[in-house]
Amino acid sequence: MTTTASSTRTRTGLSLTDVTLTFGDGDDQVAALDHVDLTVAPGELIAIVGPSGAGKSSLLAVAGGLTRPTSGSVVVADTDLIALSPRALAAFRRDHLGFVFQSGNLVPALTALDQLRLVEKITGRRAATLPLELLRAVGMENHAGRRPGRLSGGERQRVGIARALVASPSVLLVDEPTAALDRRRSHEIVEVLAHQTHEFSVATVMVTHDHDVLGHCDRVLEMVDGQLRPV
Amino acid sequence: MFLALRELAFARTRFGLMAAVIALIAVLMVLLSGLSSGLVVDGVSGLMRSPIGAIAFSEGTKDDSAFTRSEVTRAQSQIWADRDDVADAELLGTAIVNAKNADGSALDLTLFGVEPDGFVAPSAAEGRELTGTGEAVLSSSARDAGVDLGDVITLDRLGTELTVVGFTADQRTFGHVDIAFVPLTTWQEVHAGVTAGEQADADAYDVASAVALRGLDGQVPDLAAGDAAAGTSARTLEAAFDSSPGYTAETMTMEMIKAFLYAISALVVGAFFTLWTVQRTRELAVMRAMGASTRFLLTDGVLQAAILLTGSLVVGVGAGLAFGSLLEGTGMPFALQSGPVLTGAALLLGLGLAGAAIATARIASIDPVTALGENR
Repeated sequence: MTTTASSTRTRTGLSLTDVTLTFGDGDDQVAALDHVDLTVAPGELIAIVGPSGAGKSSLLAVAGGLTRPTSGSVVVADTDLIALSPRALAAFRRDHLGFVFQSGNLVPALTALDQLRLVEKITGRRAATLPLELLRAVGMENHAGRRPGRLSGGERQRVGIARALVASPSVLLVDEPTAALDRRRSHEIVEVLAHQTHEFSVATVMVTHDHDVLGHCDRVLEMVDGQLRPV
Repeated sequence: MFLALRELAFARTRFGLMAAVIALIAVLMVLLSGLSSGLVVDGVSGLMRSPIGAIAFSEGTKDDSAFTRSEVTRAQSQIWADRDDVADAELLGTAIVNAKNADGSALDLTLFGVEPDGFVAPSAAEGRELTGTGEAVLSSSARDAGVDLGDVITLDRLGTELTVVGFTADQRTFGHVDIAFVPLTTWQEVHAGVTAGEQADADAYDVASAVALRGLDGQVPDLAAGDAAAGTSARTLEAAFDSSPGYTAETMTMEMIKAFLYAISALVVGAFFTLWTVQRTRELAVMRAMGASTRFLLTDGVLQAAILLTGSLVVGVGAGLAFGSLLEGTGMPFALQSGPVLTGAALLLGLGLAGAAIATARIASIDPVTALGENR
């Protein structure tokens, strides 16, 4: 695999300290995240399970700088995301955060290779690891010229993982990657995810309902009513 | 551009349909432009293609009837001619008449009475210029009505005979009627209602419809000062177009139709890109989550619209010009002129881009957090 110095930059992982996120619900306030503390080390894959509405997606949104928490701090690469303006947050996401969405959420008009090259266009810099190398790393090099419509659910997810790694992120945030996959493909995807997490020394947080794949994870946490606890 | 081009290729059916709509609008724009220019040429080409810089009508003459109601005298013309900033000033007579050609076929003409050796008298591309009474130099377009050199045209009611001695190089019409340039004295006799073979009163040879003016070095003379001295109501040649029969109504109608076309075009393009943006909300949210700036996404969206609009307009204008060239020379008043066509195309492009920009601006309001969770 071709790598450069930037892909081996010092990793600092993810740290959430006393994070609270509340929403107004009529006259009441609902705590989506209730004094959450979470530290994920570089090269560590943690899974967060829990029932729908427990706050898993809110945790990803806050960790990814998509939602500003009511209180607490979110630190990635020695930067507290709470202090950043929306524009600075977008720039920070480009450089330090990777997202893997449900069903890949790929751009329909782009081939698998172009999905990765799009990230280069967005960041305005060449990937530390060549896009084709990344596709090879997730076993998709032979499908580089295919658009999402001609890929299976598992293949789309593999491309989504490769796309998330293009910018050499410090933190990878993964949202229900096996939601639309059968058992065998679910295992394959999380295996790939675990391998890339270790290979690229990324701090990976995966939200999932799928308890079958938890064996691939370094740590499993459960979220209930906005609070995190070990399983 | 990276995403724009790939989306254009991927959704080619949708973009193709939109391109076809824009191209058809462009064809319509070219045809309306040709029709508009054609009406102008048909209405006032006799004035447009003359060396006149301004026209002085009798004082108090209304805009819409100046050529038919105005009457000025030779003395007023002389006052204008004596002014320092006026190079030429001479009487000009205008009158729309019914006539018959030598073969008895009906013919409508606008008589322009001019001094045969004056600056308004046209040169003849065929035949010769005016020299004496009873002669006429006709617009080249009169040939379509079957008039030929040497023909004798007889004016209805008066029986005045005009011998065709020449044709102008190009179309010279006024109020959609071919112009017959005749000596001023002939026009004055017709104006006075003198029948063939009779002599007009001496006073008849002292008046005309207006004073045709040409300033020094092509400049428009000081019209207000000239009016005050001569007791006239002068206006520039372009302003005098409004006094041509039906000119204002025709141009306003065409301009209104074109304005509606431009508005419809902007709305259609805007509506298309609004739907396109709404359909892409999920992927746009994903890209925003990945850190794509609003500027990146907006630039890509507007570039996409620019490519679509430019390509469609090139095809549409090309098709319009090809179709329009078939209409030129037919009975329809139609004239393709590069200026109005290019202006129209630029307006369609500009307004289309504005519509697309407004539509894609909603990208800025897409919340990247919607990329998380279930696909909807």
